[in-house]
Formats: sequence, C-alpha cells, structure tokens
Amino acid sequence: MIEAHLPILQIVVPLMAAPVCLLLRRRALAWVWATLICCLSLGISVHLLRRVMEEGTIIYALGSWSAPWGIEYRIDPVNAFVLLLVAIIGAVVILYAPASVAKELSDVRGSLFYATFLLCYTGLLGITITGDVFNLFVFLEISSLSSYALISLGSDRRALTASYQYLIMGTVGATFYVIGVGLLYMMTGTLNMADLAVQLKPVMGSRTVLTAFAFLSLGLSLKLALFPLHLWLPNAYAYAPSVVTAFLAATATKVSVYVYIRFFYSIFGTDYTFETLRLDYFIVPLALVGIVVASLVAIFQTDIKRMLAYSSIAQISYMMLGIGLMSVTGLTATLVHLFNHALMKGALFLAMGCVVYRMGSANLTDMRGLGRQMPFTMAAFVLAGLSLIGVPLTVGFISKWYLVLAAIERGWWPVAVLVLLTSLLAVIYIWRVVEVAYFQKPSDSATHAVEAPLSMQIPMWVLVGATLYFGVSSSFTSGVARRGAELLMGIGP
Amino acid sequence: MSSLLPGLYNYWIVIFLMMTGLYIVISRRNLIKKMVGLSIFQTSVFLLYISMGKITGGTAPIVAGPDTVYSNALPHVLILTAIVVGIATTALGMAIIVRIHEAYGTIEEDEILAQDLRPQ
Repeated sequence: MIEAHLPILQIVVPLMAAPVCLLLRRRALAWVWATLICCLSLGISVHLLRRVMEEGTIIYALGSWSAPWGIEYRIDPVNAFVLLLVAIIGAVVILYAPASVAKELSDVRGSLFYATFLLCYTGLLGITITGDVFNLFVFLEISSLSSYALISLGSDRRALTASYQYLIMGTVGATFYVIGVGLLYMMTGTLNMADLAVQLKPVMGSRTVLTAFAFLSLGLSLKLALFPLHLWLPNAYAYAPSVVTAFLAATATKVSVYVYIRFFYSIFGTDYTFETLRLDYFIVPLALVGIVVASLVAIFQTDIKRMLAYSSIAQISYMMLGIGLMSVTGLTATLVHLFNHALMKGALFLAMGCVVYRMGSANLTDMRGLGRQMPFTMAAFVLAGLSLIGVPLTVGFISKWYLVLAAIERGWWPVAVLVLLTSLLAVIYIWRVVEVAYFQKPSDSATHAVEAPLSMQIPMWVLVGATLYFGVSSSFTSGVARRGAELLMGIGP
Repeated sequence: MSSLLPGLYNYWIVIFLMMTGLYIVISRRNLIKKMVGLSIFQTSVFLLYISMGKITGGTAPIVAGPDTVYSNALPHVLILTAIVVGIATTALGMAIIVRIHEAYGTIEEDEILAQDLRPQ
C-alpha cells in the first residue's frame, strides 16, 4: 500500500518536516529530526532506484489526476540516479553538520538552519522527480530561495553580497526558464514532459519553439553555471558556511545539469537539439574554454574554498562536454561524472569544513604544515584530490575514461587530448595544497590545531570511501548511467 | 502584417517591460533599484502568461451552459503561483539588502566593492 506512494513521500516527508524543525526550537533536537528525515529519504530513494532498475519507469499521478491534466512524477533510471545522489549527499552532510554549524553559525538559531536546509533538500529532490515543467519551476525556486538564505548565513560579510548576486542571477535564470515554458505551453497546451515531447513534434519548425529553446537553454545554463555564466558561483561557494558549500557544490549544479539533459534530450529530442539547431556547436566550445580557463584561475586562488569552486566550474564543463558529444558513451560520461563529482567535491568541501572548524579560515598560507596537525583531514583531502585529477582506482578516473572514450568515438582527438591535458592543471592546484600542508613549516595557527572531531571525520571518510569504492567497482554507477543514457538517446527499453 | 502592432499590443507591452526590467538589473548599481528592475522583469512574464490564456470572446471559466466560450484558466493559476514566488524573491532580496546595509553601511555596489578590496 505505502509502497505505491513512495514517489510522493520522497517529496512530502522532507517538505512537511521542515516546519516541524522550527517547532522543535532546540538546535540538537532539530538536528536529530532532520537527520532522521534525511535517512528516511535516502531509504526511499534507494528503494525507488531498485524498483526502477527492475520494473522500468514508475509513473505516479498526483491525487490520481492522470497525466496531461494532473501533475505526474515520472521516475526512470536517469532521475532515480540523481535522486539517490541528492539523498546520499543530504544524509552525509546532515550527519556532518552539528559541530560545524554550532561553530560557524553560533549566532543563528539552529532550528532555522535545519528547516532551511530541509527546504533546499526538498526543492532539489522535487526538481529531479517531477514530470511537469511548471512544477519543476516551483521546486527550482524553493531550492534556490532557500539556498540564497543558506549562503547569506556565512560569517564573512561578503557572504551577503555573494548571496545577493546569486539571487539576482538565479532569479533571472529562473525567469528565463518560465518564459521558455510559457512559450512551449502556447504552442502545445501542455506542461507534462512526456506529453510535451509528443505535442512538440508537429510544431517544431515554428519560431515560438525556437524562442522557447533559446530562453530555456540560457536560463538553465545560468543555473548550472556554464562558463561564462558562472559569475555567481565562486563567491557563493567561498563565503557560504562550510556545510552549505559542501551540500550545494555536490547537488545544486548537478540537478541543473540533469534538467538540461531532460529538456534537450527528452523534450526537444536529439533531432531538433543537435541536428537542426546544432546545440553542440554552442556548448562544446564553451565547455572546452570553461575547462581550461576555470582550471587556470583555480591555480591562482589563495582561498582553498574558492579554488575548489573554480574547479567545480571546470568539472561542470566536463559534464557539458559529455552532453555535447551526443552519444550514449558521452551521456554515460556525463551521468557518471555527475555522480562521481558530487562524491569527490562533497568530500573535498567537507575536508575544508574540518580545516575551517579548527583554523577559522581556508586560506592557503594558514594551512602551512597542517598535514602533521590534522593528518586524517588532509589525507582525506589528498585522496579526494587525486580523484579530482583522475588517478586510477578513484572515481575521477572512471569519469575521464568514459569522456575520453566518447570523444574518440566521435573522432574528436583534440578534445580527448585536451581532457587529459587539463587533468594536469588539476594536478597543479591540488599539489599546491599538498606542498603547503606537508612540506612547509607549520604556521602559527597550525601549530595549535588538532584533528577535527569524529562526528565530522566519519561522514567525510564515508564520502572518501565512496570515491574509492566506486572507483574500483564501477559496475553500479556505469551500469545505471548507461541504462539512463540509452533511454535518453531513445535506444533500448 | 498591419495588425502586428495594434493587434498584439499586449505582447509589445510584455516585451517593453521585460527589456526595461532586465536593463535596470544590468545597468543600475544601487541594490534596491536592481530589485525594482527584477520585479518589473518578473511582472512582464506574468502578463505574458495572462495574455496567452485569453480567448477572443471567452468568458471566465464558470459553467454557464453549452455553447459558451471560456478563457483558459490554467495560465492564470500558474501565474498565481509565480506571483507568490516573485514576492518571496523580492522579500528575501530586501532582507539581504537590509543585512548588507548593516554590514557595509551602504547599498551602492561600487562602494561595497571598494570596501571589499580595501585590506581589513
């Protein structure tokens, strides 16, 4: 009985739990409650993915109003995979949160933080699960508004301006999205994704659809921080509280990448997107420039959180490159990297959270000699960093492998070479941290630093463990990603 | 072709408002004026949706018997949601501006930037 309603419970449980957090008032109580909810949510998403892989697409009509009239939740391997990713990161980050939140947000009511966190979490899950384009907009705004609020909680006053800048850019992006959806509705009279794909076919040639396409691609590119629309990202990630940075870096942009794939592969269809309009001519060059420029900028950052933010922009560009390669392997690379990057970036930002917890800053000069004082944290940083570079036996290797394979399949040798060469740039910016932390005399603040508490170490190591585990045994991630990619390309079941 | 201008005047208004709003967001350096621009920009989208729901000769969708032409109510309902979202965005934006004013003592982007660049 309850099993049939799992798709809606995935959303309703955290949504209803958020206001309850406020009623609990006490910081610790709110945390226990939020943790409980996140774990429950994780359980649901694991179950959903398993069912999707066994039985195929799950369709859930909200309030039993069937598809084109009512809102439906449609879960296939692609979004079940992204749901699982958001749920994993949510659960790990919430377990990590209490010590870090107590330290960095001492003047904020803890229950408020957890309520906003749950709302953001709900929004991201909702974007992923829904099969209705307007419903997607509402969830997009739920997650965006709560993430603006979360970012503005940062202790540095620049967090406020970063949050404001993100609010302006994010709202412009979301409004572009609504304009695009409105224009599509004008032509088809439907908001359901599957129905849109069918209804759009006869009117594909019209200028309205073309305009809708332009608005949607631009709006979504803003949301996912495609180079050169990434300007909101570095400050937002650098000044937000560590927990928030880890959560957003691992999930928010990934979910936007998913929406991008959904729109241009499932709704507009590969024929229109790539044969008629040649979207790949637009995103592949931007992705390549993005990879190089963002990696280079990352090398010159002194704030490590900021450095990792620029690295995120480069990594998102890898995902966009996979989308632009327009093949099953390319999409597999994107989906695998979506998952893998979330794991390693999550681990890296959690490690930085430990450093900030003890040192009060993520500045490179303060981190001198930290390798001796905080061995476990820095070891986690190095392992996740190796994964970012793409060393074999880590998840980063699997992503790069598929990406290079897809580029060669397409016959784009220079792209494959560029992907490998830019990995070297990642070596440089990770090495800078290693060099400072392990081979230099401790700074004044580093000599007094001790290892971060276990409550922060364990969740961080869970993610590091996952980057290693999925790096060695990649059959789960690549299997699900390939099923999803085949579905998106219209081959296979 | 001659009906393009007067016949579709509501869409011309939408485009005018949309561009005005976007221009204000881009060009103004005052944080509150930016929010004003953003609100105008969002409002233009509300008008776009409301326009498209209108059917010539259509009436409000309250059952009035056979042979009655009704306007499409769905875009209107969607926009009710979007209005709520717009208000939430404006409120949050204003709240952040208040905090920025407390922290920096100004709401001019140039002065904030200058303060950030100055070593503390």
